Amino acid sequence: MGKLNRRDFIKISGGAAAGAMVTPPLTNIFQSFVSKKEKHLLEGEATKVSTVCEVCFWNCAGWVYKDRENNIRKVIGNDIDPHCNGRLCPRGTGGLGMYYDNDRLKTPLIRVKSKDGKQSFRKATWDEALDVIEKGMKNIEKKYGKESMALLFHGKTGPHFEHLFKAWGSDTMGEPAGAQCLITREAGFIATYGSGLGSPEPTDITNADCLVLLGHHIGENMHNGHVQDVSTLIDRGGTIITVDPRFSTMAAHSTSWLPIKPGTDIALLLAWMNVIINEELYDRDYVAKYTYGFEELKQHVQKYSPEWAAGITTIPAGDIYKSARQMGGGSPRTIVHPGRHTAWYGDDTQRTRAIAILNALLGAWGRKGGFYFTEKVKLPKEVHPPFPKPKWTWKNISKEKHKMAIMGITNEIMDNGLPEYKGPYKVKGMFFTATNPIQSIPDEDKIKRILENQEFIVVVDTMPSEITGYADVVLPEATYLERLDHIRTSHHKSPNIALRYPAVKPRWESKPGWWIAREIGLRLGLKDFYEWEDFEEVLDWQLKQVGSSMEEMKKLGVKHFPRKTPIYLKKDEDYWFNTNTGKIELYSTDFAEWGYDPMPTYKPHGDIPAGYLRLIYGRIPMHTFGRTLNNPYLNELKNEPKLWVNPKVARIYGLNNEQEVWLQNPKGKISSFSIKVRITERIRHNSVFLPHGFGNKGRIFVDGKVQEMHLTYGRGISDAEMISNVLIDPETGGTGMKNNFVKILTDNPYKKETTS
Amino acid sequence: MRYGMAIEVNKCVGCADCVVACQIENNVPMGYSRDWIMEHVTGTYPVLNMHFESQRCNHCDDTPCVRTCPTGASHVIEGGIVKVAQDDCIGCGACIEACPYDARYFHPDGYVDKCTFCDHRVEEGLDPACVSVCPTTCMHFGDLDNPDSEISKLINSRENFTLIPEAGTAPQIFYLK
Repeated sequence: MGKLNRRDFIKISGGAAAGAMVTPPLTNIFQSFVSKKEKHLLEGEATKVSTVCEVCFWNCAGWVYKDRENNIRKVIGNDIDPHCNGRLCPRGTGGLGMYYDNDRLKTPLIRVKSKDGKQSFRKATWDEALDVIEKGMKNIEKKYGKESMALLFHGKTGPHFEHLFKAWGSDTMGEPAGAQCLITREAGFIATYGSGLGSPEPTDITNADCLVLLGHHIGENMHNGHVQDVSTLIDRGGTIITVDPRFSTMAAHSTSWLPIKPGTDIALLLAWMNVIINEELYDRDYVAKYTYGFEELKQHVQKYSPEWAAGITTIPAGDIYKSARQMGGGSPRTIVHPGRHTAWYGDDTQRTRAIAILNALLGAWGRKGGFYFTEKVKLPKEVHPPFPKPKWTWKNISKEKHKMAIMGITNEIMDNGLPEYKGPYKVKGMFFTATNPIQSIPDEDKIKRILENQEFIVVVDTMPSEITGYADVVLPEATYLERLDHIRTSHHKSPNIALRYPAVKPRWESKPGWWIAREIGLRLGLKDFYEWEDFEEVLDWQLKQVGSSMEEMKKLGVKHFPRKTPIYLKKDEDYWFNTNTGKIELYSTDFAEWGYDPMPTYKPHGDIPAGYLRLIYGRIPMHTFGRTLNNPYLNELKNEPKLWVNPKVARIYGLNNEQEVWLQNPKGKISSFSIKVRITERIRHNSVFLPHGFGNKGRIFVDGKVQEMHLTYGRGISDAEMISNVLIDPETGGTGMKNNFVKILTDNPYKKETTS
Repeated sequence: MRYGMAIEVNKCVGCADCVVACQIENNVPMGYSRDWIMEHVTGTYPVLNMHFESQRCNHCDDTPCVRTCPTGASHVIEGGIVKVAQDDCIGCGACIEACPYDARYFHPDGYVDKCTFCDHRVEEGLDPACVSVCPTTCMHFGDLDNPDSEISKLINSRENFTLIPEAGTAPQIFYLK
């Protein structure tokens, strides 16, 4: 027998035992980053600095451990942090790779044009780069007004630049975390309860008896606290019902899995309401006391029987009855999880409204084992002169069209930058911090036309990505391990604050976001808004107002405060909800007035075009965004995505595992790169699954040399690239991205014809 | 004293936190790993089962790796932890061939490397790195000889399996269903 390495071993076991390796060993081999002088570093022997993770938006608090040579050696969760309870997810544990990544942006860059018209970047000093930004922003102001300079941001670096833009006089801003992610869910819950959910979602899973997940992939999304909570639910033998066209990780751990036909969730939700109302499984006292419009809802759902829904969802009526009864049996300790990335089919506010209504019928809101009431420490805002009032803001762009546009709608802000846009709210310059619209906002071809039409673009980030190549100026930001940001004030069961403090000095010439924003502010004449030199002064002042200090927070990392309000509704408590009627609105009076459906209805989304497969995208546990793919530790866990196809589809196309294929969408767009096939029963026969964030093609030239995320460049296919059918949610303006289809190409479409 | 692990596959989400934590804790060079995740799917859509297994050296009671080692570099320390003495290892690879779990690899510095159950942490009363980070707390480490240890209680009260039992190595990692 020949020598076996692990790869051969997998081939054998793949045939015999049907096992598949999730974390393969890598081909890109390089030595570890840290010196070997101290082989192991135990936490007790290390110096530690408090941090708040930025590898995803869950923002877990942890400790950075350093050795005697001041090298970062590990990041471990803070035991008293309710976001992580001392245990980070793989991304948090591997977070130090964000710091050690040698492909990071290292110096400011300025776009230059050579004599032959070729454009590239040259390394610049901070002064040079900041001067160009001052000139560029002032130029936009002179020609179009400050409002025409838009800010697109993400994460904890965002607030520094929001402050800068508001101080300067532009409130044309948004983050993809809204319109491309959770805005529809917030809108659905606000319309029902008069209150949104925020992050982390206040689901009381640790006390629940029944948890229902619709297209929400706890365990693949690694929303840390919730992953941990679900684990305790499994320990307690609770019921988990997972609705998903894909056999997700949580589907495998569920009591029951309902493999729904994509795009038909509202039909299922309405049928559940039908059973729960008609079989009187709802919480009668709760519904009578706290809700508005029950009779209307009861009338409304009569036509949505499980038998009707079965034909639409492909879930047998018996399973719909059974799951509804399980939910009713658990009431009020039943949670129909609101999900997070809910930008699916363009009727997403209505779908999440249906989820909110179902929770109300079950009496879950404000109840133990349902949704708890959060409390948050209010830190006083820093003192500065009032912000100038812009002539127009993001609200003018979106609020008139969408009454529930509760935050800047990124796709519409971007649209106003199109050359054909002739309205009064033109966007002519864009400032991006920690966000890459090519991957995060759908319809890549349009996004490119928008970017090409801009007169000035600034990018502030830690890594080069697609957007970097469109910038006039690029500024290298320090990673979260090297910078100070706002105090994390989380709304949770116990009000608490957490400190992100720089563990080490920024590598190369990178700088923290607060410093960058301040320097730009000073150049734009905004001294009054920056009456401090070091952001630490602001934080120390804020902390002292609530009885803490920087000194204390450096020692504690996380500090809890006593709760002042009840966590659940008291029995028969009178409670005023922040809606027109003061009740939980099963029938939305606002929606009725604004011309939206006051109660959710099912509308078909159209079927898969002949010859195509539905494109389902989603997270894998070891990555968050394009930005995390090049993190050497996380890249090591998953360096290449696979296209999931059902064995039936594989047979039709004659596909084999590991075969290289390309994708084409109905508009004829072909993927830039190929992807390897993974044949698995876990995916529905008429769909494919693509892990999100891959297919990076952000390559820039700096002083004649290529700079890119070399571990991930060209690997796999970007879901965003394949999405061309964008369905706009009328209530919010959010982008529905799940009604998209692809065809599998087995021949290389880029192969050059050879002549014999 | 007999160290072992119990891993609850009904809770594991296959996130690979154990893999990255090990890599960082033990300074495992990029491109190599001491532990890894396997995904097992059975059935046909929509009647399916799946579980993940976090795998590593099983620190077997009957150790073919130690038996085949010509220099004595592969050895067993107190508590049944199987280790490799780097200075004594000549990198012949006999142990790699002998291990039914493919749990050993050639370290680029010229010796064979593998999971140590983080004995440097265990000595200090800490859990191995993989166990200590697991967000689902599906991994448990402890003394199998002590009937009152958490791990003994788990193994005694739950249906469980070991990997490749037919190899006859008496593996000490138990997967709980």
